[in-house]
Amino acid sequence: MTNVRKVYRMGDTDVVALDHAELTVASDEIVALVGPSGSGKTTLCSIAGGILSATDGSVVVGDEEITGYSDKQLTRFRQNRVGFVFQSVNLVPFLTARENLLVVDELGRRQGRPARERADRLLDELGLADRAKNLPSQLSGGQKQRVAIGRALMNEPSLVLFDEPTSALDTKLGIQVMELIRSEMKSRGTAAIVVTHDERITEYCDRTVHIIDGVLAA
Amino acid sequence: MKLALKELVRRPGRFVTATVILTLIAMLLMFLGGLLDGLIRTSTGAISAQDADAIVYSDTSQASFLRSRIEPSTRAQIDQLEAVDETGGLGVVLLGARVPGNGPRDLANVAVWGYELAPTGVPNPPADGEAWADEILKADNVAIGDELLVGPARTPITVVGWVKNTSYTGQSALWTNVDTWRGVLDANRPDAVLADGVFQALVVRGAGGTPQEVVTAIDTALAGQVLALTVPDAINEIPGVTEQQTTFNQILGVTVVIALVVIALFFALLTVERTALYGMLKAIGARSRTIFAGLVAQAVVVTLIAALIAGGLVIVLDLLIPPGSIPLYISAGRIVTSIVLLLLAAVIGCAFSLRRVLRVDPASALGSSQ
Repeated sequence: MTNVRKVYRMGDTDVVALDHAELTVASDEIVALVGPSGSGKTTLCSIAGGILSATDGSVVVGDEEITGYSDKQLTRFRQNRVGFVFQSVNLVPFLTARENLLVVDELGRRQGRPARERADRLLDELGLADRAKNLPSQLSGGQKQRVAIGRALMNEPSLVLFDEPTSALDTKLGIQVMELIRSEMKSRGTAAIVVTHDERITEYCDRTVHIIDGVLAA
Repeated sequence: MKLALKELVRRPGRFVTATVILTLIAMLLMFLGGLLDGLIRTSTGAISAQDADAIVYSDTSQASFLRSRIEPSTRAQIDQLEAVDETGGLGVVLLGARVPGNGPRDLANVAVWGYELAPTGVPNPPADGEAWADEILKADNVAIGDELLVGPARTPITVVGWVKNTSYTGQSALWTNVDTWRGVLDANRPDAVLADGVFQALVVRGAGGTPQEVVTAIDTALAGQVLALTVPDAINEIPGVTEQQTTFNQILGVTVVIALVVIALFFALLTVERTALYGMLKAIGARSRTIFAGLVAQAVVVTLIAALIAGGLVIVLDLLIPPGSIPLYISAGRIVTSIVLLLLAAVIGCAFSLRRVLRVDPASALGSSQ
């Protein structure tokens, strides 16, 4: 991210949500993004993940410059280059764990058999092979989050964005999930940004970046 | 779309309410349509059964059989036209008939027809004093071989066989030869007696042209003497037919609109309920088009299931209702038309949710802790 600004128009006034943000994440680096509510964490993640367009500045993910992309191009970019793990509403409630992973393929590349094999491999790696046919309602909080991590990795992304991945988990499960995130990202050489309020999470990340009032501070 | 269909299969409970309501609406639509078809058939069956290109009335008759007179000379003029292959005399008289075994005041309403050219589904004219009877007379306990006493003069007519769907203005048809019909007319309606060779109307079969060409040829040759109509036009001229169709079609239209509103409201609520899920799906790459297509697929499937259940129930209802008790006619065409209308309503109803789907912000999936 180079010199990225995001300004929202609220009535007659401009609200700066992100102010000249400069952030580079290496290809296998895990960056913790820490800041209070309303500080601009979500805006930064949304821009990095191609959900929002920056008002100014340049955003490059992997080798892809997404600045100025249309909505259609951003949708395709999200299908192919980014993984998301959300804080809540994470899984489709009427799909099994395996089908939740395959949603990514259905919405994007439609590879069919290779995608099914990849979903099975990911579930196996995440220790969920025996839960593949379970619905989210039949999974524990930690298992759900592991399925979400698997889904985020389905499209072999350049960047995975984690939005408060442990906020709904107890400390022990939170640590397990963070260890899993770290090992999965490192083994794949995938960049990750972890949005968190919890300073304890930062020890599983390579670097912590603080954000206050839309301004990044290393 | 696969996602939407999986939801239907795995969470059928969510769609039960909409399915039940739509089933009731579809039943109402099909039942009302069946009533319209039944009413129209009992009013027009004898005319729509005419195997002819045109029906010719006298010019001032306003297409009323009772007011119409076609003289032999007029018929001869029509017979000579190149566009005409053959003509047949046609006449009717509406009367009450006493049925053996029924009470003296328990009259069956009959339309006694005299004909020369057999309508579709009606055999050639029977012997004197005999008639082919429309089968809805079975509801009046009429059986083959029964001798009906027709009109105030109690003219005897013996039923020798059944025909279907040939009622006229709600009265059961008795198809007799011309002499029998004249005898009934002479004995019971002295005010409407016709001389030999005079008919109320003529059925005309063309020499190969379209019905409209036959009508035009007759109109041109006998301008000011006769009123020639195609069979569909003659049906529309029967008193009350157009009014019935207009009224029922308006009711059917309102019913379809109600179905549309139910679908629109149900899927609008469902969309509101799923805003967070749609936000998440958009964030991971779902297009609005994909989400909306899923919504339409669900509406179409729910409506189709409801319509098929309703179709089955209406058919069962039709079988349970005694023949002749109400003018209900359930046809495959009516059921299919109702299903198509409901599916159209489903798609249009869903369109009201399109704007909401388009407005779901993928960014809502991030930073949401609900």
